[in-house]
Order: sequence, then C-alpha cells, then structure tokens
Amino acid sequence: METISATCPFCGCLCDDIQIVVENGKVLEVKNGCSISKTLFTHHDPDDLVPQIEGKKASLEEALDRAASIIRQARFPLVFGLSMTSCEAQRKAVELAEFIGGNIDSTSTFCHGPTTLAMQSVGEPTCTLGEIKNRADLVVFWGCNPVEAHPRHIARYSVSPKGLFNPAGRRGRTVVTVDVRATPTARVSDIFLQIQPHKDYEVFEVLRALLKGKDLRIDSVGGIPLDALKDLVNKMKSCKFGIILFGMGLTMTRGRHLNIEAAISLVRDLNQFTKFLIIPMRGHYNVTGADAVLTWQTGYPYALNFSRGYPQYNPGEFTTVDLLRRKEVDAALILASDPMASLPRQASSYLEEIPFVVLDCRKSYSASFATVFIPVAASGVSISGTAYRMDGVPVLLKKVLDSPHPTDEQVLDGILKRLRQR
Amino acid sequence: MIRITKGKVYDPINGINGKELDIWVDGGKIVQVGDAPDLVAERIIDAEGCIVMPGGIDIHSHIAGGKVNLGRKLRPEDHRKDVVPRTETTRSGVGHSIPSTFVTGYRYAQMGYTMVMEAAMPPLTAKHTHEELHDIPIIDKGSYTLMGNNHFILKFIEKGEIEKVKSFISWLLKTTKGYTIKIVNPCGVESWKWGKNVENIDQQAADYAVTPRQLISILSQIADELGLPHSIHLHCNNIGVPGNYETTVESMKATGTNRVHVTHAQFNSYGGKGWADIHSKAREVVEYVNEHPNVTFDAGQIVFGDTTTMTADGPWQYRLYLLSGNKWVNADVEMETSAGIVPYTFRKKSLVNAVQWAIGLELMLLAEDPWRAFMTTDHPNGGPFTFYPQIIKLLMSRAAREEMIAQLPRRALERISLPQITREYSLYEIAIITRAAPSKLLGLHQKGHLGVGADADIAIYRENPDVEKVFSSVQYLLKDGEVVVENGIVLKSTSGRILYVDPGEEGDIEEYIREEFEKFYTVTLDGYGVPENYLERGECVSCG
Repeated sequence: METISATCPFCGCLCDDIQIVVENGKVLEVKNGCSISKTLFTHHDPDDLVPQIEGKKASLEEALDRAASIIRQARFPLVFGLSMTSCEAQRKAVELAEFIGGNIDSTSTFCHGPTTLAMQSVGEPTCTLGEIKNRADLVVFWGCNPVEAHPRHIARYSVSPKGLFNPAGRRGRTVVTVDVRATPTARVSDIFLQIQPHKDYEVFEVLRALLKGKDLRIDSVGGIPLDALKDLVNKMKSCKFGIILFGMGLTMTRGRHLNIEAAISLVRDLNQFTKFLIIPMRGHYNVTGADAVLTWQTGYPYALNFSRGYPQYNPGEFTTVDLLRRKEVDAALILASDPMASLPRQASSYLEEIPFVVLDCRKSYSASFATVFIPVAASGVSISGTAYRMDGVPVLLKKVLDSPHPTDEQVLDGILKRLRQR
Repeated sequence: MIRITKGKVYDPINGINGKELDIWVDGGKIVQVGDAPDLVAERIIDAEGCIVMPGGIDIHSHIAGGKVNLGRKLRPEDHRKDVVPRTETTRSGVGHSIPSTFVTGYRYAQMGYTMVMEAAMPPLTAKHTHEELHDIPIIDKGSYTLMGNNHFILKFIEKGEIEKVKSFISWLLKTTKGYTIKIVNPCGVESWKWGKNVENIDQQAADYAVTPRQLISILSQIADELGLPHSIHLHCNNIGVPGNYETTVESMKATGTNRVHVTHAQFNSYGGKGWADIHSKAREVVEYVNEHPNVTFDAGQIVFGDTTTMTADGPWQYRLYLLSGNKWVNADVEMETSAGIVPYTFRKKSLVNAVQWAIGLELMLLAEDPWRAFMTTDHPNGGPFTFYPQIIKLLMSRAAREEMIAQLPRRALERISLPQITREYSLYEIAIITRAAPSKLLGLHQKGHLGVGADADIAIYRENPDVEKVFSSVQYLLKDGEVVVENGIVLKSTSGRILYVDPGEEGDIEEYIREEFEKFYTVTLDGYGVPENYLERGECVSCG
C-alpha cells in the first residue's frame, strides 16, 4: 500500500493536494478529493479497452495505419478536442494540424470562446485564484454554479478559505449569485438575484450606468428590482477587493461575447473606485492549457486553420460547430473530448457522415461511432504532464496508476510519422 | 571542422577590431583563431566581404510566459499583419510585436542573435515560462525571477531577518530555474493588489513596513553575496511618469557600491511636472552611471509604430490604459507579483513620444563606457526586437538621426539634447554593446567572444553601406558550431540551452516556509517549482 500525491484531472480547479492510497494497482482511497474526483480515480479501469476499426477489434498498428490513411485522404480535415489532455499532447496536435494543413479547435468552441472574443475586444482585468482567497471581501458568481460544476472551488479558493488579508474567511466575505434559477451556489450565497434568461447584457449595462451616477427611470431590469442593483453597485464600489466569477450561463446565452464585454467593462470601470477583477470559470481541466499552447505556438487560442501554411484565426468560420454544421470538413481527428455528447445535434450529427478517429481514455459516446477508436492512457491518472488551471496557473499532472495504453502524444506522433513517410 | 575565412572579425573581448582572421570551429566550440596549417576543415565558409561577430545577446526581452501569452491572445489584429508560413525546416506562426514562440527563435537567429534573456518570470507560473522557452528554437535562453513584491521577501525584511531573505532568494532561483533577481516597481506592485501604488522610493508598501529603498539595497547586497553571475535587474518605481529621473537616481544610490542593472532607463529618465512640460533628463541619469562603475543600464529605446506594452508593473499599465483608452489586461499573481498589458502606438507627431524617442538615444550616446550601456527596446514595450537594426543605424549615424529629428514636432527640440550630440558608434562599439558587454554582464565566459574555447555562436553579416541592412539578416549564423541560418533562411531548427543558477545557500528555508506557503498559496509547495525535465538543455551557471 502506498500513498501518492496527485492532481485531479477533472475540472478547471486542478486541485493538486489529492492523496491517493493505492494497492496492487487499485485505488483504495482518495483523500481531499471531491465526489467527482473520488469517482474518477476509483472507477478508472482502462484494461478492457482495445483499438477498434469500424467497431471491430484491431491492433494498435492497424488502427494507426487506418487513422493516417483517413487523414491523408481528407481534403479539409479537423483536429478537435484537446481539453482533457496534457499540454505535451496539445503541442503534438498542433504540429499534426499544421503538417496536414487542416483545422484545429478546442472545446472553447462551445464554452468560453465568447470570453476570448470579449477579451480581444476590451481586455481582461484578472488574477490568480489565490488573490480571491487572500483578499476578496466581495465575490459575485454570475451564470455559474461551482457547488456542482467545480465542487471544491468554494472551499479552496473563493468563499470559505481564510486568507492572508482575510483571516475571517467566509465571515469576511459577501457572496452574491446572479443566475436564472436558485442553484445550490445561490443557496450558499448572502444575496441571490434571480435574473430573467437572456437579460444579462441589459443588467450589466444598467450596473455600468448606475456606477457612472446616471439616473435611470425604470423600476427593474431583467426581473431584478433597480434598488437591488443600486445596492449591488454600492457594494461593488465600497468593497476592498471584488471579483466576478462567471460561467456558461453568461457565455452561451443571448448576447454571448457582448455579455462578457459588458461584464469586463463593468469590472474595468470599477477600478476607478476600488480593486475589482474577473475570472472565467473554465470547465474541462486543461481547456486553459489548450488556449495557452495554441496561442504561444500560433498566436491564436482556438478556431484555427492551416490551409495556407500559416495560422489563420476566424471564429465563426473555423470553429468546430460551424465547420460541422456547414458540412465543410471531410474527416476528423478527435482527442480528449466527446463532441457527439456535447455539441449541438445539428453539428455533431454530421460526424456520422464522415470518417473520424477518436483518441480517448474511455469508451466515450463519440468513440462508439468512430471509424477508428484508439484507447489512450489518461493524463493525470496514468501519465504525468502539465495542465493550466482556470486562472492560468500551470500545475503538474502526476502518474498514479499504470496503463497498458499509449499516451495521446505517442499516438499522435505515430500518425504523424506515417503521414511524413509518404 | 569548419573554417571561416577572409571575414573581418570584430571581437572586443579579445581586442580584435576588424582584422581579417580565420576562425576554426569544431564540436560546437571555437578551436583555433588565425592561421592553422595543421588543421583540416570539412567545410570552408568564405566570408569575404563579410563582418564576423560573436552571436548577439539580448539581456532584456519579453519573449515567454503567462503575460507574453496573454498579450498574444489579446491581439489577433497585430498578428494578421505579419504571418509566417511553415517550410520544410521551420514551423509556422506569426510575427510583429508579440511573435509566436517558433517565430521568436527564428527572427532572433536571422538577425544574428544567439542568446536572449526573458526579463520577467513570476515564480508561480515559472513552468509556463519554461514551457514556452522550450518552444523557442535555436537561441540560448534564461529568465529573471520576479522578487520585488514577494510576500516572504517583504515579510522577512520587515522583521529584519536578512539571512532568511538570502536563503529564500537562493531557494527561489533554484526552484524556478531563474537566472537572477528581477525587481519591478518594488512595493508598488504589492500596493497595486489593493489598487494603489507607491509614489517615491521611501513610501512603504500597502501591507508591509518596507520601502523600495530598503528592498533595493538589501537585494542588491544579497545578489553580490550570493555571487550571482548577473546583478539585480531593476525596473524602477514611477516608470513612465514625468519627473521620475529623481526616483531613478535615488534607486541607483540605494545600492551603494553593489552591482545594479537599471533596465529600460529611457522610461525612467523624464523631467517635468506633467505631460505638458515633460523633457529629457537622460544627462542626469547617465552622469550618475558614468561616475559609478557598479551601475549598468539598458536603453529601452522606443520605435515609432504600433506595439504591445507589457510589464509586471500593474499600476503603470493601468495608468497607461487610462491615458490611451486602449484595451487593458491585468493579471495579478498571488503572493508575489502582477502584470499588465496595453497595446500602444508611438507616434512621431506626439510631443511626448518624440521626447521618449530622443531620450533612449541620448542615454546610449552620452554613456561614456559602452561596456555598461546596452541596446534594448524592452521588447515589445518600446517596440519589437526586429527593429534593432534600425536602432544600430541611429547610433552609428548622426545623419540618420537628423533625418528623423526633422520629422519630430518642433516643440520637442527644446526638450531634448539629441540634436547637439555628435557621437557616432563604431562597428567595434556595436559589437561591445550587443555581444561582448552582455556576456560580461551575465557573467558568461563561453559567450560574447570568438576566442579559443568559446561556444561557436557566430554571426556573419554581409557588408553594406546601409548598416540597417547589414544587421537585418545574417549571411550565416553558426549556433553551437552548426550553420543554422544561411542567407537569412533558417536551415535547421535546433534547441538552445536554458541557463539558470543554483547559489546553494537555501539551507532549510523550504521547510521553514512550508506551513505558511500552503496556507496562503493555492498550490502545494511540492508542485510549485520547475522540475528538471522542463529544461531540455538545462545548464547551471556557477555562482561566486
């Protein structure tokens, strides 16, 4: 029996204080982990997975050959996913996409892509999560529900921890939730403002107007009484350190990047009065790393195309949902993501019409439809590497259990070698 | 064995000034200089009509890490102007003000540079810096670790525990694989965590009874005691603010006789009470430098055009956002530092920008000792590094300067002394400020010269009456003895070294801080640093 330090490769919190008790290759106990983390480590059983071609068992070599052949024959291939693997594998994926002159995109395409667009338009005053822990006395959750989606966020970073300049912890903070329904996060907040769906943009603009001292002749906006918003603005102006944490409740409703622009602009304007910052709550554990790797290697974070030999960036044109919905790509290589389970049906159904390859550490929904399925070792469980937390802090992924499978990086390299041999 | 023959050699460390000499290269090193009848070369590089210099060394440039990458992400409009397709030997990417990693390596190499120091690495995100350095090909690299606003350093200084500061710094350099102590707006950035700043070097940080003067003094002393190959690297308080030259002079004084490098001094040499009467105080700053051999500086020259400003000086970047109205990124890092990013265009027609442009050149031209003056643009703050050839031309030609001065607002002329300065740098002096002196400043014995035993990092430029053309693109670049660039084309994408230090005086500081660290950081102490495997070609440079 031994205890191994681990980082939980599930959500964008990337908790690196997990202790795992292992005996004979089996996980006996997961200390410090949330319920998701416990399930992830204890139910990890990759042994019964084998490579498959068109649903039939195949050797790894055969699967790699077929994968290379699919990509070689494609005229406009797509490399998609990236968010649940290490940066080392992401680098290899960019190399492959560049070599084949294809598209490459991450799951940002259906989560925080609009956050990137807003950032490119107005900037982003932000910080690492420890700044919230050490300083924040006002925390606003907007369109996100960390109690269920990022289970340890509240205890570890944003609500209850005692910090360097906030020794009182929870008692030293006012917590506000703005959401369309009374989520579990709303229930642990001091103030809950229930907003009508699709009204976020209006509410942010009203908050900005109030901040600038404008006199508004309305009683409410987006279902929230004006007095409640006046009270919120006063709290925002008078706190010592405020933070907005927002999720897909803001990025994927009407207004999308305009909502985020309004949110960022409010935060920026608040810095005339006090310290106020904003952090997107990224979901997949290394989607932030995908943004980072693509950006340092190409200049752009997602929605990339290499057809002209250099990186072109155009969300709306090279975003996966749009490429699939318009039926433009003719083959796909999918890793570290399950698009058929998560993309809009109009987009994902097109995958059934084209050959595609799936690399995954489990038999995902997409894997069951794949032309070629190659099982890989799970990053952060069976292989070490680097991942980036939602706030951009790089964290070491650690190896806990052995795996019979190759890594994403090795499989991508195998495909690339075959393509180069041509 | 390679023989470079018939070139005019400029090697100031060995006192060679334009003499025609053969250079023999083998096993990545220079093995012989001059005639060598016994040696047989497999390849002869005919350098007739060429200038032969050691590879260039940039001591201050923002090329890798969290802040640089946020700058890249922020500016698709910057990249679209300058795209770089892949070739058989190179990766694709983008250029202009914040080039992608591969392109950063290629472009430095194409200009004849073989080593670049990343100027600001936050310890918490040091892994990110090293991941990007890994992806910058060809050149050797190192990083300065940010320490001027670190909780533990401020706390130990406040308590008077100077030995603990020293142990902590030793540990932090080793842990982050850093090269020296970087100090950015000491105490001011800490105050910025509450939206404040310090206004002079005797004002205490918001949360600690420590002044910038104390911190600069103590850290410069520790750098010398640890025997770090490079001194403290200081970004002074009050950057960008009219009247700030007094702060700069006081900051240099605070180090006594300890070594100090004042970086991007142009941004810290302003007179006046406000933007309306801003004028050059380059002379006052340089006078102090000239009289104090413990002081070095780099220019932080601006280049007219569009760029992306980025520093660890959060409050300054916020101020620049308010001034420019451009988009603003802020990125505070728990317990230790901050960063800010604002796109900015330096305009010839702007009075302030014209004064800034002149100050950078005045600093370089008034400095009496070229071994203590360094050419930088504080890439990309003053402008992209790809404009170095233009700056070399301005340093070497008064006529080129006059041509530019004629385009500036007339009101600027009374605020600067550049038009009266007649000095012109020689090629030999250019070799000093871009090769020999940087290697000395970084404490490297294998670099910056062409003597026997030196690393065979050699830049060969074709002579041309237009010196800007000369330095824009090498005829040949040898890195570790291999020809990696020929006629401006990158033939081979090799990986360079990562240089770092381990002063070995950390004692038991790691265990001493463990409990407090894990209470206030959001990562474990064991997961904090940069493991060896992040450094493909790590090389520990000795201290003392």
